[in-house]
Amino acid sequence: MQIRGFWNHRCAIARKTAATTEPFAVRFLLIGIAMVFIGLFLLAPLAAVLVQAFGDGVGVYWRSLRDSDTLAAIRLTLLTAAIAVPLNLVFGIAASWAIAKFEFLGKSLLITLIDLPFAVSPVISGMIYVLLFGLHGYLGPWLSAHNIEIIFAVPGIVLATVFVTFPFVARELIPLMQAQGTEEEEAALSLGAGGWQTFLRVTLPNIKWGVLYGVILCNARAMGEFGAVSVISGHIRGLTNTMPLHVEILYNEYNFVGAFAVASLLTVVALITLVLKSFAEWKFKQELRVS
Amino acid sequence: MSIEVQHISKHFGTFAALKDVSLNVATGELVALLGPSGSGKTTLLRIISGLEAPDQGSGQILLHDEDVTSRHVGTRRVGFVFQHYALFRHMTVFKNIAFGLQVRPRKLRPARHQIREKVHELLKLVQLDWLADRYPAQLSGGQRQRIALARALAIEPKVLLLDEPFGALDAKTRQELRRWLRRLHSELHVTSVLVTHDQEEALEVADRVVITNAGRIEQIGTPEEVFHHPANEFVMNFVGHVNVFHGRVEGDRAFLGPLEVEYSGQRHATTKPARGLIRPYDIDIETQANGKPGFKATVRHINAAGPQVKIDLTTDSGEPVHVELPHERFQALGLVVGKTVFVNPREINVFVDDERR
Repeated sequence: MQIRGFWNHRCAIARKTAATTEPFAVRFLLIGIAMVFIGLFLLAPLAAVLVQAFGDGVGVYWRSLRDSDTLAAIRLTLLTAAIAVPLNLVFGIAASWAIAKFEFLGKSLLITLIDLPFAVSPVISGMIYVLLFGLHGYLGPWLSAHNIEIIFAVPGIVLATVFVTFPFVARELIPLMQAQGTEEEEAALSLGAGGWQTFLRVTLPNIKWGVLYGVILCNARAMGEFGAVSVISGHIRGLTNTMPLHVEILYNEYNFVGAFAVASLLTVVALITLVLKSFAEWKFKQELRVS
Repeated sequence: MSIEVQHISKHFGTFAALKDVSLNVATGELVALLGPSGSGKTTLLRIISGLEAPDQGSGQILLHDEDVTSRHVGTRRVGFVFQHYALFRHMTVFKNIAFGLQVRPRKLRPARHQIREKVHELLKLVQLDWLADRYPAQLSGGQRQRIALARALAIEPKVLLLDEPFGALDAKTRQELRRWLRRLHSELHVTSVLVTHDQEEALEVADRVVITNAGRIEQIGTPEEVFHHPANEFVMNFVGHVNVFHGRVEGDRAFLGPLEVEYSGQRHATTKPARGLIRPYDIDIETQANGKPGFKATVRHINAAGPQVKIDLTTDSGEPVHVELPHERFQALGLVVGKTVFVNPREINVFVDDERR
């Protein structure tokens, strides 16, 4: 009896897997379509960027990258990311800590506001800054009276980037910290650890992959942001041009090698991001699973 | 006195979790807080530890005659053991146990080799010294809880507080750990408070049991006292199984369901609603009426697997009755399902409505 029951069970499983597997031809077709699609829309443009960049030889490629305006654009992009990412890292950890571990008035409002930059078009967020800080904006006259430049200057670009990349870290950490609860922190406190020690030794190690994952996404967006920055920068060569804006300018001047050379740098950033992201994602899932 | 709780109240919003609770625990004692969920037992434990604060100005907590009401949890030197272990998941067992020593300010921190000795001493105490390099995820539930206990003991706590420590374990492990904790406690003599909703656990492990209900303490006593001399209906109902018969008291007679018995408690001028509570093993079954107070009932179900035979019956009016008989008695009676018998309670606790709060 028992043996027969066992075999019935086995057969049922075998039939079930068979039922959810398509015939070979259908599988071949589906996988084929996916592959062609990826090739056409992802790999071909990637190759085109590199072909165009190296179209006139490696020498021209290097020379166009060492152009002083290009170097300024690279420096500005790195500076913007170097300010925006740490700021949003601190904000993201603080906000998700508050949301996951405490009850307070206005908590749901805070959660909604964190998502705001995802809901608003980047161009609109750029416009809002112009409206606020521009010469004819609300704070413009006061700012110009005190010689503070925000619009068409580096501070404006940083502000717009911070706004657009605001949700990335917090969004990753809130569900993770909610799943982990507060028991480990309570245990640390009861063992005599201070608040800061508890954060550094218990909370932070538990969320480190989630943090890294958020930082990678935040950084990719900070370096690649176009819309909001485009509205606010004023496109001043060598001063307020980030890499994406510089690519556009060079392209509009028919300097294809220059444009694609800068684009190839952004592509490399994207590829590194993808690899790091997959790794962090894998670790992050383990973190979520054990919690 | 190791722990003195004096007039503590606690509200969560409008919900009163504790209502003016006082409790003393003597040095070296193991006390169990026993009650249904939501009765305030965990809240009381967390207030003793400092993880939760009592209502402003509601009373005091004294540990070893020192008022700690306004002291932070970290400075109270309490060992706290959580239901879900709360081990640091990214640290090895060794680092978990050493944590309490390593976070001390440099002046008070023991030297590295002293910490190592201490950790291995504790690992031997909980009989898990081969697990020092494992991570919590690699341990069984019972092992994790023993490590959590070792970690709590590492700071040489003045009192040990255990919040449903065996609640997440399977029945067999729970029983083993319960006995082990009892042995450990008689070795260490550290004053301990254990929260549980499992009455069997409380009665088996504790020196004294505190029965909590709806934010108040119903009774404090030894396991024998709360079991054999329950202070009120709630305690009798909560500790051990009972049959409940609803009825009334008139003068010196009590009419409880199918039963009419003498009532020797406080006299009441008028008829009062009352309930009679009878333990399943305080009931005898006869095949013939014998003149003792009792009633007729029909056997519905027999479970002979266990130290006692459990018999479910129903009275003529359909009320269920649970009886536990020794196997010899059961065999002598020759009971079968469907047979009509006579049920004679040996001991009835009658609780009249007035006597309850």
